[in-house]
Amino acid sequence: MKLEDKKRVLREMVVHRRFEERCYQAYIERKIGGFLHLYPGQEACCNGVMEAARPGYDYVITGYRDHVHAIKCGADPKAVMAELYGKETGSSKGRGGSMHIFDAQHHFMGGYALVGGPFPLAAGIAKAIQLKGGDEIAICFLGDAANNQGTFHETLNMAALWKLPVLFVCENNLYGIGTAIERSTAVVHQHKRVCGYGIEAAECDGQDIEKVYEAAKLAVNHVRSGKGPYFLELMTYRYRGHSMSDARGYRTREEEEEWKQRDPIYLLRDRLIAEKAMTMADYEALEKEVDHYIEHEVVKFAEESPEPRVEELEKYVLAERATQMPWLTGQAA
Amino acid sequence: MAEMMYWEAIRRAHDEEMARDPLVICMGEDIGVAGGTYKATKGLFEKYGPLRVMDTPISENSYTGLGIGASFLGVRPIIEIMSVNFAWLAMDQMFNSAAKVRYMSGGQLTAPVVFRSPGGTAHQLGAQHSARMEKVFMGIAGLRVVTPSNPRQAYGLLKSAVRCDDPVFINEHELMYNMKGPVPDAEYFHPLEGSEITRSGTDVTLLGYNISVHWNLKAAEILDKQYGISAEVVDLYSLAPLDRAGIRQSVAKTHRAVVVGEDEAPVSVASEVIAILNEECFFDLDAAPVRINSANVPQPYNHTLEMATIPNHESVVRAVLKLFGKA
Ligand SMILES: Cc1ncc(C[n+]2csc(CCOP(=O)(O)OP(=O)(O)O)c2C)c(N)n1
Ligand SMILES: [Mg+2]
Repeated sequence: MKLEDKKRVLREMVVHRRFEERCYQAYIERKIGGFLHLYPGQEACCNGVMEAARPGYDYVITGYRDHVHAIKCGADPKAVMAELYGKETGSSKGRGGSMHIFDAQHHFMGGYALVGGPFPLAAGIAKAIQLKGGDEIAICFLGDAANNQGTFHETLNMAALWKLPVLFVCENNLYGIGTAIERSTAVVHQHKRVCGYGIEAAECDGQDIEKVYEAAKLAVNHVRSGKGPYFLELMTYRYRGHSMSDARGYRTREEEEEWKQRDPIYLLRDRLIAEKAMTMADYEALEKEVDHYIEHEVVKFAEESPEPRVEELEKYVLAERATQMPWLTGQAA
Repeated sequence: MAEMMYWEAIRRAHDEEMARDPLVICMGEDIGVAGGTYKATKGLFEKYGPLRVMDTPISENSYTGLGIGASFLGVRPIIEIMSVNFAWLAMDQMFNSAAKVRYMSGGQLTAPVVFRSPGGTAHQLGAQHSARMEKVFMGIAGLRVVTPSNPRQAYGLLKSAVRCDDPVFINEHELMYNMKGPVPDAEYFHPLEGSEITRSGTDVTLLGYNISVHWNLKAAEILDKQYGISAEVVDLYSLAPLDRAGIRQSVAKTHRAVVVGEDEAPVSVASEVIAILNEECFFDLDAAPVRINSANVPQPYNHTLEMATIPNHESVVRAVLKLFGKA
């Protein structure tokens, strides 16, 4: 990665980290409700892959741990935070919530709550790209445990069969909620499960963004050049509980500490400091600046935004009636 | 107006829509090279090729999801599910993705996809091939459900469903693909909402959809000829949304209602229609509305038992006579 890009991405990752930590606080304050799945620890996965792709151009879809993916594609953190607050200015106008961030304009095709649900949707987006003849690709970010759903296997088969331009990124954080991967899955290394479908696959350290970037470049080039789907497994770790009420009794504090020794943000920061591209003081100033931005712009916007109107409860269930009248009434042609 | 069969009408709608718009595609098991279990896509593979007429693997939930994903980008897939009994496997994607994406994205995404699938009791297909599932689909917000009772509707409803921006489930019937009927020669779009009065009458309203419309028509004939009772037959081709106004208008005139469906009584289409009758025309009614449904059992294989589970025109006649104190 170029130095300028590394510096930019470091700031982005700090934004992502502080955004998520601020969500945690807002949840405790009961400003955010429902389920809340946070991303700290895994930042190099989304950032590394998307640096190798074209954010806002390539189509991205994921599960419920979706805030950072949306922001990386180009969603305004303010709109994402407002969505978590359930406000009308939210990315889904307060109708979606944490697990359902969408930003169609930036080709972020959404967060979905059913484990395994996005696999076929991603392949369908790729099918549409194939039909329309564009050079975008579809990128599907999901967890390790999702691979035990039928949709994973059904979709891999179809994606390979029809050579669809779709990249499956598996963020293997070793747990599905509180179940360690070796207790749910016969084969821990997920890329090995893909071979049977005739799909190119690789595994990579998910903590080191430069390694992720290099692996993703190969993957993205493969898919974009029309060679069909690709499966990239990134070994990573989530620091917090699965959602909010999770005491993490299923793993040891030692294991957590071990992973934090290879924190994706600090790895990149220390590398930049070693390369004399920045100092520790620069980094501390960056964190401060980001915190200020999150507090005084992002959170402020969410706090001050209006609630959706109850009168509009049924808006968005179906397409606007006025635009559909010919088909509803049979008055066409 | 040419006569054509139900399957030919569906095939014609596919062909016209695919010829018009390169983003209309169709997918499903055995629909391509084999031409479709009920011939609804016959000849389309040869005409439009494998990219647009997709023989899918037997992966109901995922090819349904794939079609839905493609629809997010403006592709208009017509997805055939070989039998509604297999739609259970696809319901996650139909309900959680297609029906909800517009709402949970605050209107940003929409899934203009069409699902077509035959249901109902055919000839001794047994418990796992005789499901009637319209009652499940019609309860899901964000999904339109229509069900054609004749070739004209089969053609026109599919045409409108392809054009509509909402996801539409078309509930066909195993026994009706060879039914013949008139279909307009000119392009025709059947309304996705509303209901049709198939036969007008003054004494009682027989509400039905799909195959039960035909039982009702036959019953109305007998009631008229043999008993002097004038029955109005209403075709509820749209199950979601149900036509409240149409139901109200007819029953306000006749003051009596019999609701007939091939589904099982607990949580049936009739349950919902009778709830609407309560809400819309309680004071117009001269008698409590009656529903006629199939027996609530997994469909038996034995022919005699099977016939005993489903209603027919005779059950309708009996119910009406009882309503008039004549039985
Ligand atoms: C179909 C379905 N089953 C179960 C759940 C409950 N659930 C939510 S997340 C999750 C674990 C998924 O783990 P993984 O795919 O590894 O993703 P991670 O949360 O680790 O990122 C489960 C079981 C669900 N949301 N959907
Ligand atoms: Mg996991």
